[in-house]
Amino acid sequence: VKYLLLIYQNPASFQQLPEEQKRALMSEVDALVSELSATGEWVGGEGLADPSTAKTVKVRDGVPVVTDGPYAEAKEQMVGYCIVDCERPERAVEIAARWPDAKLWGMEVRPILSPDGLEM
Amino acid sequence: VSQGAAVEALLRELAPRVLGALVRRYGHFDACEDAVQEALLAAAVQWPEQGVPEQPRGWLIRVASRRLADQLRSEAARRRREEAVARAEPARQVAGPPDEPDPPGAAQDDTLTLLFLCCHPALTPPSQLALTLRAVGGLTTAEIARAFLVPEATMAQRISRAKQRIAAAGADFAPPPPGEWASRLQVVLHVLYLLFNEGYAASAGPDASRPELTAEAIRLTRAVRRLLPDDGEVAGLLALMLLTEARRPARTRPDGSLVPLAEQDRSRWSRGLIDEGLALVAAALARGPIGPYQLQAAIAALHAEAGTAEETDWPQILALYDLLERLGPNPVVTLNRAVAVAMVHGPRDALDLLATLEKDERMAGHYRLVAVRAHLHELAGAREPAIADYRRAARSATSLPERRYLEGRADRLAGAALP
Repeated sequence: VKYLLLIYQNPASFQQLPEEQKRALMSEVDALVSELSATGEWVGGEGLADPSTAKTVKVRDGVPVVTDGPYAEAKEQMVGYCIVDCERPERAVEIAARWPDAKLWGMEVRPILSPDGLEM
Repeated sequence: VSQGAAVEALLRELAPRVLGALVRRYGHFDACEDAVQEALLAAAVQWPEQGVPEQPRGWLIRVASRRLADQLRSEAARRRREEAVARAEPARQVAGPPDEPDPPGAAQDDTLTLLFLCCHPALTPPSQLALTLRAVGGLTTAEIARAFLVPEATMAQRISRAKQRIAAAGADFAPPPPGEWASRLQVVLHVLYLLFNEGYAASAGPDASRPELTAEAIRLTRAVRRLLPDDGEVAGLLALMLLTEARRPARTRPDGSLVPLAEQDRSRWSRGLIDEGLALVAAALARGPIGPYQLQAAIAALHAEAGTAEETDWPQILALYDLLERLGPNPVVTLNRAVAVAMVHGPRDALDLLATLEKDERMAGHYRLVAVRAHLHELAGAREPAIADYRRAARSATSLPERRYLEGRADRLAGAALP
């Protein structure tokens, strides 16, 4: 099953981290991505630009209404995602727990619906 | 059949025999596997245009051997460059194209030996599946990646890691020793079974460009059966695949939604596959000893033989599930047995059986268990609990068509509840 790991961060508090710690976080991410690539579990992922660049789009009465900022107003924002293909849900949680953002903020693990199925 | 398709079928047939010949001569399973893939690609381009050579297998072995020699030479050169001081162990020499003929029967036996290697117990099931499809099935990494809906780079990593693991496990290109033979064959059959299931689930998906893994699983199981014609479990597994595949035309509606067994239009089941499956399972059961694949095939046979869902011989199916459970207790078997219990003794008895499963860590809260419970409540006429369980199962399903099916059952019951 594929899992979407949503990476949450408080962008303001991330900016306040010392440069060294930011670099350490990045290299932890790089090491984890190489490891997951080697196991054949890494499917893909990207980092997102700052939430302040987000636009929220809603269509009301057929008219698109565009507002600046992310959909959910919260201190913690989604700053990136990755997709992993794991045999068991426990493994996806284990990977999320090793993502450095999990120690400072949080990760969300969401199974991705498969287009495959069996009749019952 | 087009020239290209005929060539492809021939190449897939020859792939394990060519790889087997190379590994037997030179060792280096990893490098040989890459070389054979390159030779297969070269043939796929050249043969449809220039015609199939007179000795296609010899042609492939020659081209692959040349690639292997190039590869080992450049690897040795790289190692020499890298280890200027340390003395690199010289790569085993490959001296020109091999001309000596194979020992009789060797070309055939290679397929099974390769399967044993690709289904090595040191590998995880996803790696076993991927490597089997490439080394024995002759599929390209891109095709395998498409079948499993992952990027090619992900699949390439899985395959290369699998090859590294095999090398690290020190596995030889030889059949397993007699003491391990039966248990290793069990692993091979399980990998083929998983391959089939993967493909059967995939055929419900919307992507028509995915390679058909069920066809590949059946093709490989047929190959194993040719090598082990007296093994009842091999026959049982092949029969199970054929009898299940026979239902494929009836299991989805044109919009891709799933049709449960009881509601399938049985006139659309594939008669040819059913006849072949029935004959296989009957012969295997008569010969004995009986194993789990034969029992599952026998259950599939009883479904296949029923002209309508109402004519299904449920007491016989229940007896077979009892046997299956005695051979190897397993929560999935118990779940299926519960459905048979409901049809023979009524849904209340089946719900009691399910209650025992809910204590099993492996099954507690699993959406398939909740879906079966919903179905049993529906059979018992308990509409509200049935709706609640169908919705609960739909929420935890990770398959889109299954979620839609479960939501549809809930909606149907909820609609029927309106005045």
